[in-house]
Amino acid sequence: MQDFGAAFGEAFRLLVSLDRDLVEIVALSLRVSLGAVLAAAAIGMPIGAALAVARFPGRGAALVALNSLMGLPPVVVGLLVYLALSRAGPLGPLGLLYTPAAMTMAQMILVVPIVAAVSRQTIEDMKEEYEEQLRVLGVGPAGMIATLLWDARFSLLTALLAGFGRAIAEVGAVIIVGGNINHVTRVMTTAIALETSKGDLALALGLGLILLGLAIAVNAAVMVIRRTGNHAAFA
Amino acid sequence: MRRLGLLLVAAAALLAPITGAGAAEKFITVQSTTSTQNSGLFDYILPVFTKKTGIEVRVVAVGTGQAIKNAANGDGDVLFVHAKPAEEKFVASGGGVARFDVMYNDFVFVGPKADPAKIAGGKDAVKALQTIAADKAPFASRGDDSGTHKKEKRLWKAAGIDQAKASGDWYRETGSGMGATLNAAVGMGAYTMSDRATWISFKNKGDYSVVVEGDPLLFNQYGVILVNPKKHPHVKVAEGQAFIDWLLSDEGQKTIASYKIDGQQLFYPNAKK
Amino acid sequence: MQHSPDRSAVRAGPADQVLPVRGIGLTIRRGGRALLDGVDIAIEPGPLTVIMGPNGAGKSLLLRVLANLVQPDSGLVTWGGTVPNRARAPRLGFVFQKPVMLRRSAIDNVRYALKAADVPRAERDRRAAEALAQAGLERLADAPARVLSGGEQQRLAIARALAIRPEILLLDEPTANLDPAATLAIETLVQAAHRAGTTIAFVTHDLGQARRLANDIVFVHHGRIAEHTPAYRFFSEPSSEAATAFIEGRLMP
Repeated sequence: MQDFGAAFGEAFRLLVSLDRDLVEIVALSLRVSLGAVLAAAAIGMPIGAALAVARFPGRGAALVALNSLMGLPPVVVGLLVYLALSRAGPLGPLGLLYTPAAMTMAQMILVVPIVAAVSRQTIEDMKEEYEEQLRVLGVGPAGMIATLLWDARFSLLTALLAGFGRAIAEVGAVIIVGGNINHVTRVMTTAIALETSKGDLALALGLGLILLGLAIAVNAAVMVIRRTGNHAAFA
Repeated sequence: MRRLGLLLVAAAALLAPITGAGAAEKFITVQSTTSTQNSGLFDYILPVFTKKTGIEVRVVAVGTGQAIKNAANGDGDVLFVHAKPAEEKFVASGGGVARFDVMYNDFVFVGPKADPAKIAGGKDAVKALQTIAADKAPFASRGDDSGTHKKEKRLWKAAGIDQAKASGDWYRETGSGMGATLNAAVGMGAYTMSDRATWISFKNKGDYSVVVEGDPLLFNQYGVILVNPKKHPHVKVAEGQAFIDWLLSDEGQKTIASYKIDGQQLFYPNAKK
Repeated sequence: MQHSPDRSAVRAGPADQVLPVRGIGLTIRRGGRALLDGVDIAIEPGPLTVIMGPNGAGKSLLLRVLANLVQPDSGLVTWGGTVPNRARAPRLGFVFQKPVMLRRSAIDNVRYALKAADVPRAERDRRAAEALAQAGLERLADAPARVLSGGEQQRLAIARALAIRPEILLLDEPTANLDPAATLAIETLVQAAHRAGTTIAFVTHDLGQARRLANDIVFVHHGRIAEHTPAYRFFSEPSSEAATAFIEGRLMP
């Protein structure tokens, strides 16, 4: 129980003093996870939109596969990316192992299914509203996807948020492909794992509280954005 | 569609500094163990080396088995672990150039104040293990094929006990690093074996203390190996060798010896002159 | 950068025309009932045709089938003698009962339709402004389309449909949800478009509206066309029992 009190103390101390290591770790966490979410959006949103718009044999199976991929264990993804990036593996010569790029790559793979699945649902809802109108205007499937994606932009923020939540909170993938190297690939979650393994539970909890605060801040920012969208009835 | 393009450019811009960073600096990757990392040794000695040579040392700290496997895959320039038989096998198989003694620390047994097996104050590791087995006192093992784990297994063998049979009963294999195993041991009131360095810097001791120490069987030898550039041409030979040379040099050895926690020296340099 | 030809009717050659719009033997059955029962209909260029009938007669469904939004179970739709295709869709304008506004400004909604019809960019801006002005919506050009009132949105929907200069404008009960003032504004717009040369097909169940607007009446009852005659003849001498009852405001069989 005293660890909780000590944890709040640690979190406060780190924040107030703007501890250099903390700032570095938070900055890297954001870079890696935001980069992963943006990359996942570029890939996952068109996939989700295409699945919402197109009708093809096997679509049901594709949806089941997509929903299942949302449950990919991070540590498994980490292992697969590691095997690909290892010097002994196919992408070894790229020298990406133990770099933030590898971490972004692994998290992107984790996040694409979520972004795609949530996008699909959002776009499908919007398609119901728009479909006939777009058809009488002579808009084809590609145009429909582009229009639905843009018009659903505020709702799609929810997809991005879901993806970001998954990315910023995972440790299994980034610790394997990143190596938790001090000042290079140490992020919030791997730092928490490290401090826990050193028995410094108060510090680990303190970092955890800061990570939680980060997630809250991001969610709040998205809510503000959605609200401005609502005012203009763009949402 | 223009917006999508903007999104992609933004993503690339975000990623660019990430991929670019570190490519220009001089650095080597060292595969080492979590126990060495957790002891704080690297945080102490590496800045000295970097200041002298300008070479950054990036340590990937995993279990011994994983470190050796990573080095065998070529995912590192230097291997720095404490499992002599496995290290020699690594060199013999052509994975490394040559092995050198660097330093040793020792292992200790730790246990709760309650001391169910009454082994506190002992100096005989084998006898302590036999008592623990006879009393079926809970014992937490790392169970992860690490240097620590291999050492522990050899001790059980010397004690003539088949501890694996009791796995899940009084013998609990956590399959984790030293810190996690210590957490688990303290949590379930079990004895465990830890390297002294990790134990001293461990912050969740509860009411635990050292119960057995000083037995020569508990000494833990560290070795350093350059990953074989013939097998992995990308290995940074010059910088990696510079690191090894420094570890073995008077300055490196002195730096290792001067690392203390709570006034206690943790690592004893013993490179061959 | 314009690669595809402008699909708006302004540049339509005779081969691309969509008029006359014909339905031949259109049948749709749902749950054992015939919603459309072997309908034959031809909408020729020129007149303002009102498609009228009691609720559930099948008039909206007929309009949607003619616009190629719904596939009939059997029967055929032709535009200008050939099968409907996406490329020619902009030559028909369609206005829904409940307007569908894209989440952008009013003028951008119109620009969107023009872009979909492959109108070059410079001309898009000009025609969009023109369309809004004709609908009396210039003041609201930059307002988010979805905050407009119901009547304004429907005027915008018509402006958007007319901006691409279709040969024919199909309207599916466009004033059913609007008050009398907005209804008048819509009817005025439609009549102006008709006078400018756009053929009109207008679905309604409102007798008064039909009287005000129609050149021709298509009277639909139980999924069949009971009458297709000029308006003056329909209102003075309806030839079917059903039409008579409808005009007199009696309940229908």
